Amino acid sequence: MTLLGVAIASAIGAPARYLVDRLVASRNRGAFPWGTLVINVTGAFVLGVLVGMGAHHGLSKQAVAILGTGLCGAYTTFSTFSVETVRLVEERAFGKAVLNVGVSLAAGLLAGAAGLGLAQ
Amino acid sequence: MVSSTDSHPGRVLAAIAVGGALGGPARYGLGLAFPTAPHTFPATTFAINVSGSFLLALLVVLILEVWPPTTYVRPFLCVGFLGAYTTFSTWMVDTDRLISAGAWGTAAANLVLSLVAGLGATALGLSVGQGIVTRRSSREGVSAEAGAESETIGGRR
Repeated sequence: MTLLGVAIASAIGAPARYLVDRLVASRNRGAFPWGTLVINVTGAFVLGVLVGMGAHHGLSKQAVAILGTGLCGAYTTFSTFSVETVRLVEERAFGKAVLNVGVSLAAGLLAGAAGLGLAQ
Repeated sequence: MVSSTDSHPGRVLAAIAVGGALGGPARYGLGLAFPTAPHTFPATTFAINVSGSFLLALLVVLILEVWPPTTYVRPFLCVGFLGAYTTFSTWMVDTDRLISAGAWGTAAANLVLSLVAGLGATALGLSVGQGIVTRRSSREGVSAEAGAESETIGGRR
């Protein structure tokens, strides 16, 4: 049953990523991949809250799997982050590539920690 | 990744949802099959993210330059399946938990190794794809040259 829940949650998370990416991209015409950055940072925050609630507030393992592993896991993406970064390097936009990695990691770690801390 | 398929937005979203419905459970299933202990290197998520990056890079080249144009393959496989199969949020929260447990070395290894291997796998996927493109165009050299010529003539008009 948990697997089915993960499948349904992933079927919501993946299209949500596509819609948020399009929304952010429509407001920024430059080469910098703001859409994926916004998605990954917000998803890390929500996953932090869910994992924290699982550890400290009795949120069930099943709920953490469905909402965390399924919804947040499918909403955020590592592969697109990698491809977009390598594309920036190929286009010789080295500053943007470094900025994408640096901001994604720093903001992602902070957002995850903030979520975990909030749910403590 | 923004697809240029505005004609059927509902169907594109459906293709992404179906791909996601397969990719998310694939990651969850691998996590159950190969569990990693708390406060240790999250090797399963690492392997998922690196393999997914390789496949996405390879597929992007195949879809854009080798296979005949399609509307739903990229939303289904790239945005849906591989987007949901790989995960950024788990990478971050796992690292946060390693840091708060005081496992600084493992946290740093998780950050650096995932990043380096992910970008390396992506570069490898792109170059394997480009290799396929080059082999195809050298095999179809004559027809490709003819195509380039007619394009030049078209451009001059």
